[in-house]
Amino acid sequence: MHELGIMTGVVESVGAAARNAGADKVLKVSLSVGVMTEAIEDALQFAFEALCEQDPLFEGAQLDITMVHPKSRCTECGLVFDHDRYHVICPECGGFAELLQGKELRIDSIEVDIPDEEEETERKSS
Amino acid sequence: MKIDLHQPILDKNDRIASENRDLFKEKRVFVLDLLASPGSGKTSTILATIEALRDEFNIAVIEGDIASNVDAERISAQGIAAVQINTGGACHLESDMIRRAVNALDLDNLDLIIVENVGNLVCPTDFDLGEGAKVMILSVPEGDDKPLKYPGVFQVAEAIILNKVDTMSVFNFNEQAFRDAVTQLNPQAPIFPIAATKGEGVEAWAEWLRAKIRAMQEA
Ligand SMILES: Nc1nc2c(ncn2[C@@H]2O[C@H](COP(=O)(O)OP(=O)(O)OP(=O)(O)O)[C@@H](O)[C@H]2O)c(=O)[nH]1
Ligand SMILES: [Mg+2]
Ligand SMILES: [Zn+2]
Ligand SMILES: [Zn+2]
Repeated sequence: MHELGIMTGVVESVGAAARNAGADKVLKVSLSVGVMTEAIEDALQFAFEALCEQDPLFEGAQLDITMVHPKSRCTECGLVFDHDRYHVICPECGGFAELLQGKELRIDSIEVDIPDEEEETERKSS
Repeated sequence: MKIDLHQPILDKNDRIASENRDLFKEKRVFVLDLLASPGSGKTSTILATIEALRDEFNIAVIEGDIASNVDAERISAQGIAAVQINTGGACHLESDMIRRAVNALDLDNLDLIIVENVGNLVCPTDFDLGEGAKVMILSVPEGDDKPLKYPGVFQVAEAIILNKVDTMSVFNFNEQAFRDAVTQLNPQAPIFPIAATKGEGVEAWAEWLRAKIRAMQEA
């Protein structure tokens, strides 16, 4: 789909958070992506690489995607069960289930380089 | 240094969607987001729905299209307010586009806004617009295997319209196989078989929508 649009939003949010923290380099961006969304892992990676080339802040940054597998709770018998994208009915009683996870589109964390911090740690260790 | 963000990627879209939802609630207007492929009969279904409900409710339509305003003109020709959003290439509508479009409508005097999303079975599914319900249309010529190929849209829909049922035999559409696949994906969604251009089956669908609008207005 519009992975480029989605990653543009990610890069904007991450860039803002990194600059706020006084960072001059983003090393890694960690995302959680639910299997029940329309986002495709490879396409996200591809879009990320393309965007990183346009912004020195992101030069060499890694994208780490955790795909979140669907899990639901049956509203009739309470069973919590894992399932695939296509079968959402309770395997025990055939009841309707409520999705607990699998629709995430989330920035979990980022790793950045903060210049001052580095000098400080270097000074301490010497 | 590691920074925890725990931030939804579609943060901005979701925030504006929830503002839209509050506004629609305050104005007691039910917003229907219609998702379907190009040519599946979205505009025809909207016209048939207008025909069925226009005596009871004040209706407006928001047309999302990559370009052109032919659909908006088809709606206006029926004396119904229509706002055209040209996405300029974007494959789905987002909540800020809806916010701008409703500015052109008289929300105080409306009960129902039908949004014709961009013809696409993939992209619109992840985007909350602030609607009261997403409903999808599959048309018979697209084939009975579509639930397996596009599960997301069948799951996000609160109801599923099966359009062009008058062509069922021409396309060897297996309605039972279709229903079985939908039940696995989304067991709660009702399926309404219709032929939009002939008015067939439209009453049952309109009845479902009528109940949704009333439930919202009486809440
Ligand atoms: N046989 C038959 N044809 C239909 C039916 N509903 C729509 N059509 C035809 O399908 C074609 C497309 O219908 P539209 O209503 O314009 O479809 P749409 O999804 O709005 O199309 P786009 O907005 O261009 O993506 C037209 O030629 C309609 O006459 C139906 O129930 N039966
Ligand atoms: Mg149309
Ligand atoms: Zn897209
Ligand atoms: Zn159960």
